[in-house]
Amino acid sequence: MLIKFKKASDAHESEVTPKELFLNRRSFMAAAAAAGGTALLPAFPNDARAAFTNLKKDPKFQTLEKPTTLDGITSHNNFYEFGTGKTDPKKNAHTLKPRPWSVEIAGHAAKTGTFDLDDILKPHALEERIYRLRCVEAWSMVIPWVGFPLGDLIKRFEPTSKAKYVAFETLVDTEQMPKQKLPILDWPYVEGLRMDEAMHPLTILAVGIYGDDMPNQNGAPIRLVVPWKYGFKSIKSIVKINFVEKLPPTTWNIQAPGEYGFYSNVNPNRDHPRWSQGRERRITGEGGFKALIAPKIETKMFNGYDDVASLYTGMDLIRNY
Amino acid sequence: MDTKTSRRIFKPLVFTASLLPFAYLLYALYSDTVLGTKLLTDDPVQKFDRELGDWTLIFIIITLSVRPLADILKKRELIAYRRMLGLFAFFYGVLHVSSYVGLNLQLDFAEFVKDVVKRPFITVGIIAFTAMAALAATSTKGMIKRMGGKAWTRLHWLIYPIAVLGVVHFYMMIRADFSRPVIYGSIIFVLLAYRYVVKLRRDGKRKRRDAETAAA
Repeated sequence: MLIKFKKASDAHESEVTPKELFLNRRSFMAAAAAAGGTALLPAFPNDARAAFTNLKKDPKFQTLEKPTTLDGITSHNNFYEFGTGKTDPKKNAHTLKPRPWSVEIAGHAAKTGTFDLDDILKPHALEERIYRLRCVEAWSMVIPWVGFPLGDLIKRFEPTSKAKYVAFETLVDTEQMPKQKLPILDWPYVEGLRMDEAMHPLTILAVGIYGDDMPNQNGAPIRLVVPWKYGFKSIKSIVKINFVEKLPPTTWNIQAPGEYGFYSNVNPNRDHPRWSQGRERRITGEGGFKALIAPKIETKMFNGYDDVASLYTGMDLIRNY
Repeated sequence: MDTKTSRRIFKPLVFTASLLPFAYLLYALYSDTVLGTKLLTDDPVQKFDRELGDWTLIFIIITLSVRPLADILKKRELIAYRRMLGLFAFFYGVLHVSSYVGLNLQLDFAEFVKDVVKRPFITVGIIAFTAMAALAATSTKGMIKRMGGKAWTRLHWLIYPIAVLGVVHFYMMIRADFSRPVIYGSIIFVLLAYRYVVKLRRDGKRKRRDAETAAA
């Protein structure tokens, strides 16, 4: 099946990179390499990289908080397909091949089928979104994602009125994701959003961080980012997007229904049964003594993204955790 | 080599070796802070919590292994190292709890009380730790004398439930991938089963002897 792409975005891709930006990018790459960021070796074909050169930076989606360093973001991950330790994904994710990559769009939509990722990405102008990421384990980061609104993608595939939820699936491939040989979780990792959550302008599909390709351990080549929900909702290495009528199963809810609900909105008032959600440790990427004694910070309702409160008007968010 | 000489050599060796895990954590903290390595990962608080908890359990296991090892190797003198190893288990337990209360909760004692009451895995951990403190406090020769051998032995029998509670605490803390607590649990199971079998045999022997005496 062929999808017609909007003409308007074509201009963006042919735009020439401003020289300062190009130079910035160079120095950034050099710094990253010096910091031991070998995971950053280009994974994208050259034409796809062009989309990274002129990122839109809407001040609405920037923050005054200091972003976690690239080394921090790429060294401290929960990605059980590569091991359950925080440092395992960095060690093991080299087996993932982010190109070629295809994504199946299925379910209640006018346009469905399996598409090459680069064809899916083509019409979308990439932008930088600096978001807080709050893990359910009570730590957090600030991450400059590169991506585009999920809502823009959803509109292109024209979901029908029956599409009440969007379900996502991670790749299953024991060659590329060796720990899937172990029954740690019920593979594939699956996640889902209510349609209005998926369409919310804060919800993005991310293809990179720090102005560059998505490192494998962060969910290359394409992942979800829903900043007002606990990190595990932001599913990585997506191969399927399914428009469904009924509330879809989600991996951590299957694993421990009493601990992880479908919504999993960041909520300091609803403790996880095994730890408080009132405060969080900010992972800055500095490590060492500073990180050992850094004061914890108060966790905010919806991770501080109050805009989304209207999505849940009248809902008991303690019961619908 | 007589027992006294070997003890004079090996006791300081075992003591030093038992301090190595702690020394490594301090070195790693130094290295991460000054040299910018990430030996303690990007979340050193969690790393401290986990590593210190791990070493507490490992030293409990080592302590429980002394008796079977002495039996199998027929080296009674090994028993002389047991108290020190048990005290090291408590040493790492103290550091583990300190890391949790000091670094993780940042001395928020209200939160600590809430955790102990509300969160079963912490309740279990604190019970085990309290019992360990009782064993450590009564570990001196003077205390054995003061308590009397029988009462002392009865109290120090608590090391078995402490070991079990320690593993249960570890198991309950984990979200997925239970391999490590299962490994620790299996080792402890074998160590306890060994004692049970020895006790059964001894009881059997005693019964037979009693029967013989009665017959004669």
